[in-house]
Amino acid sequence: MADVVAPMVGKVIEILVKEGDEVEENQEVVMLEAMKMEMPVVAEAAGKVTAVKVTEGQSVEADDVLVIIG
Amino acid sequence: MSDFITRLESVVSQTGFMNLMWEHPVMWVVGLVFVYLGIKKNVEPLLLVPIGFTAVLVNLPLAPLMVDELGQVVDLVTGQHSDPGLLWYFYHYGFEKGEIVPCLIFLGLGAMTDFGPLLSNPKTLLLGAAAQVGVYSAMFGALLIGFTPKEAACIGIIGGADGPTTIYTTLQLAPHLLGATALAAYSYMALVPIVQPPVIRALTTEEERGRVMKQTRKVSKAERIVFPIAVAIVVILLVPPAAPLIGLLMLGNLFRESGVVERLSDAAQNSLMNIVTIFLGLGVGATMDGTKFLQPKVIAIYVLGLFAFVCSTAGGVLFAKFFNLFLKDKINPVIGAAGVSAVPMAARVAHQIGQQANRRNYLLMHAMGPNVAGVIGTIIAAGLFIAMLK
Repeated sequence: MADVVAPMVGKVIEILVKEGDEVEENQEVVMLEAMKMEMPVVAEAAGKVTAVKVTEGQSVEADDVLVIIG
Repeated sequence: MSDFITRLESVVSQTGFMNLMWEHPVMWVVGLVFVYLGIKKNVEPLLLVPIGFTAVLVNLPLAPLMVDELGQVVDLVTGQHSDPGLLWYFYHYGFEKGEIVPCLIFLGLGAMTDFGPLLSNPKTLLLGAAAQVGVYSAMFGALLIGFTPKEAACIGIIGGADGPTTIYTTLQLAPHLLGATALAAYSYMALVPIVQPPVIRALTTEEERGRVMKQTRKVSKAERIVFPIAVAIVVILLVPPAAPLIGLLMLGNLFRESGVVERLSDAAQNSLMNIVTIFLGLGVGATMDGTKFLQPKVIAIYVLGLFAFVCSTAGGVLFAKFFNLFLKDKINPVIGAAGVSAVPMAARVAHQIGQQANRRNYLLMHAMGPNVAGVIGTIIAAGLFIAMLK
C-alpha cells in the first residue's frame, strides 16, 4: 500500500494510469505542472492502482494524495 | 540647370547606400541572428526579437533614430542639425536618466516571484550568495585583460544571470558597454540549460544528484508580508546604491503577497511588464550602432560572461557540498547551481538533473530558494560595485 503524493504545489495535467492498472516501481503515474515545467510523478513501489484521487486540470498542494496503489 | 544637378547629387549622397560603412551590414547580420534565434530557436524571443530588429534599424545610415540632442546628423542641403531621434528618446528617458526601464522590470519580477521556498529554508540564502563568486572571478578576469575597473564590474555582473541588474549596473558604470553586456546576459540566461549541466555533473556524484531533500515547512502569510519590507530596509541601509532595484523588486513582491492589490500585482506582472519589455528592446537595440559596438571588447565580454556563468554555477555547487559538512539534513548540492539568478530556468535545470539521477527526486521547490536568493545576491553585488566605483 503506497500513496503517490504530490511532491510540490502544481496542477495535474495528465493522469497516466487508471483504476485497476498494474504499475511498476518508478513508473510514471501522473504528469504534474509546476512553474511552467512538466514533471512526471512516479510510483514508489509496484502494485495495483486502487484509486485515482485527482482529475486532470486540478490544482494540488504538496503532499496531496494523487493515486493510491494497493 | 547646374543648381538642379547639385541638388540631385546631394539627394543621392544623402541616401543610406552612399553612407554605408562595413560595420553596418555586419550589424544587420548580428541583429538578424538574434531575431532568428528568437523566432526559430525560441531563445528569449520577448527580448531578442525587438533588440535584434532595433539593432538593424540603428545601423541604417542617416536614419534619424539615435541622433542625440546635439543632432549629429546634418542635413546636407540646409546645413541644419536634425532633431533628436525616436530611439534616442527611449534610450535617454528609459535608461540613461534614472534607469526607469530596468527598475520597472524589477517591479514586475517582484510581483512574479514567490519567496516562499527561500523563507521555508533560509539556509539556501547562503547558496544564493555563494553563486556570486562568478561575478567576482569574471571581474578579476576582465581587469587582468585590461578592462577598466568600471567596465570589469559590469562584465562580472553578467555572471549574476540577471538582465535588469546587468543593465542597471552598466548604465551606472560603463554605459558605452550597454548593448554588449545586456545581450551577453540575456544570451547566457537562455543558455542556462546548456551551460550548467556539464559543470554540475563534473562536480557531483550520481548519488549526490539523486539525494532527496526533506519537505520544507509551510510559510505563513505574515512572514511573506514582512519579508519584502524587511529585506528592502536592511539591504538599502547596507548598500544604498541598490535602492532602486531592491526597492521596486520588493514593492512588487508586497503587491503580490499583500493579497489586497490584485489589480496592481496583475498590472506589474503582465501589462506593465509587457510594455517595459518593448521599451527595453528598443533602448538596448538602439545602443548597438556598429561603428561603436563592433570592437574586440565585445567578444571579450562574451567570453568573460560565459566564464562568469561557469564560475557561479561551480561556486554554488561547491559551497553546497562544503555546507553539507556541517548539516544534519544534507542538501542536494545540485540546488547550489540554482544560485545564479536566471529565475526560474536555473531551478528547472537543477530539478531535471536531480530527477535524471533519481526518478523520485523532486528538487524544483528546493532549488527555488537559492534561485530567488541569487537575485537578491546579484543586486547586492551590483550595489557594492556602484558604491565602490562610481
